[in-house]
Amino acid sequence: MADTSDLVLDVKNLKTVFFTNSGLFKAVDDVSFTVSRGETLAIVGESGCGKSVTALSLMRLVPDPPGRIVGGTVTLEDTDLLALSEAEMRKIRGDRISMIFQEPMTSLNPVMRIGDQIVEAVRLHRNLSSREAQNIAVEMLRLVRIPEPVRRAREYPHQLSGGMRQRAMIAMALACRPALLIADEPTTALDVTIQAQILALILDLQKELGTGLVLITHDLGVVAQTAQRVIVMYAGRKVEEASVEALFAAPKHPYTRGLMASIPAVPASGVAAPERLNEISGTVPSLVRLPKGCAFAPRCTLAIKRCEAEYPPLTDWGGGHLAACWRAAEVAEVA
Amino acid sequence: MFAYLVRRLFLMLVTLFGISVVIFFLLRIVPGNIVDILFAAAGYVDPADKANLEKELGIDQPLIVQYWHWISGFLRGDFGYSYVSEKPALQEILPRIPITARLAGLALLFSASIGIPLGVISAVKQGTRLDYALRVVSLSGLSLPSFWLGLLILTASVAMFGQIPIFNPNPATWLEAFATYAVPAAAVGFRSAALTMRITRSSMLEVLRQDYIRTARAKGASDAAVNYKHALKNAILPVITVIGIEAAFLIGGLIVTETVFNIPGVARFLVEAIRWRDYPIVQNLVMLIAVVVVSANFIVDMLYAVFDPRIRYTD
Repeated sequence: MADTSDLVLDVKNLKTVFFTNSGLFKAVDDVSFTVSRGETLAIVGESGCGKSVTALSLMRLVPDPPGRIVGGTVTLEDTDLLALSEAEMRKIRGDRISMIFQEPMTSLNPVMRIGDQIVEAVRLHRNLSSREAQNIAVEMLRLVRIPEPVRRAREYPHQLSGGMRQRAMIAMALACRPALLIADEPTTALDVTIQAQILALILDLQKELGTGLVLITHDLGVVAQTAQRVIVMYAGRKVEEASVEALFAAPKHPYTRGLMASIPAVPASGVAAPERLNEISGTVPSLVRLPKGCAFAPRCTLAIKRCEAEYPPLTDWGGGHLAACWRAAEVAEVA
Repeated sequence: MFAYLVRRLFLMLVTLFGISVVIFFLLRIVPGNIVDILFAAAGYVDPADKANLEKELGIDQPLIVQYWHWISGFLRGDFGYSYVSEKPALQEILPRIPITARLAGLALLFSASIGIPLGVISAVKQGTRLDYALRVVSLSGLSLPSFWLGLLILTASVAMFGQIPIFNPNPATWLEAFATYAVPAAAVGFRSAALTMRITRSSMLEVLRQDYIRTARAKGASDAAVNYKHALKNAILPVITVIGIEAAFLIGGLIVTETVFNIPGVARFLVEAIRWRDYPIVQNLVMLIAVVVVSANFIVDMLYAVFDPRIRYTD
């Protein structure tokens, strides 16, 4: 575990709810985690488990209405972000904390030149002339290894490929050298060959700039390659947290185990591939009508009576390996 | 881009040729000509007198010859003589153009400068009371015909000030000129502003949902920068289209408004000329209006390329 003085981000008991016509639901329920300087924390889970809302909550960009952060603290370096006014938060957004989104095709403004979009990010936070900001923009494009950065800076998003656009997004997000970078499924929309390049680029720059990284993904392969620590979310809650090694060696939550079993393995030569891919049966429950006990119980093969009646507390199983499961002790054996 | 320009200009010429044919023959289909109208009040008339007059005006010749005579003159800038005033048609039309142009320009300025910001505000404040209020105002703007609105304004000014705004043909200062044109322009422009507002609102609502708006917020951009710099520039294309179409429709609104406010512009003049079957005035004036409308459309197409870099007229 990293020294606490080196913490970039400290999230405690974050709660974000959405008010909808069908009722109130807790998209993020009592989630806590920390990120140290230069560390990569992966947040893993299925669609709708609250990963992206967690990320938007850190940026204070949850659309309100219908969403609202109703509890907890988000401390970035020494600042409690949730206590800031919107104007104060704007000064931090894009400067100390910034974000890369999933869809590079639609996340850049189609009618603004690439360079101008980076220049805007720089000039919002640095008192620089347009000329100086332009130079920084070109420098950033070079840093993310876009060839001919001077020419590319003058081009519009539609003139760049998906991979190039994501590089440009990264350049924009890192232009002010943020303490924390949030990457929300940064490679999901890209070709597999490009995915590896973009991930490698993010990790290189993170190392170079010492940025803390929150990497949101549903791809455990990505987690294994990139992160030091992982939190697994299910139905708005953190159900497991561990170092990457501990998690992959011995998952404590049946949901995590299910996720890992769902990764199709390349069959060894001579062995026939299984007829059917492994899956976690059932679907994520509606967040409006969550069961009283463990939200995963209806899909869990290990569920017992107690699981349906009582929500299991997050328990430390040694070495900072947290899991919220009544039967965590047995999970490893069953697997 | 160059090939597109050439093709677009060629299409403009074809359109204008079509319009000239339609104007010319529609006028001839309307029963009666200036001679019939002049002699109608006189009871019995010697057919020889009528024939003489028709010959003098050249309306006894085959239609195709008349058409050629007119269109070749139009292209040379020779508009012929008004049947009614017997003055050169150009001299009759030219001094009236600036009056209508100012009215139309001011009306479009109102519609853009009021409609666009209110549309943005309405979209940003979607679902609030302000949004509902603005939408009611715009709906009423679309529902009120401009001549009726003009009459209401006149009636109201009589009731409140005991007089109606008089058209001032020679305003001494900019302020006086503005005062002369502002009220009728507002009466015509209200509808356009309402339409512009509605289109801006719906276009903005569409754009505000886009991912790049979230990106702009994530950079730390202020609401004003997000709404006007990022969103509006993406939302403006449909608005430009509508304003371009409105520029053409405005002429229709101006005919009645110029009549209501007693303004000596081309629109009212055109109606008078049609009543007298004053072919040289009607044909040439409608043709000039057609040129303006077709050019406005052309400018709108060019503005598309300016505002949206993705639109490339390459093929």
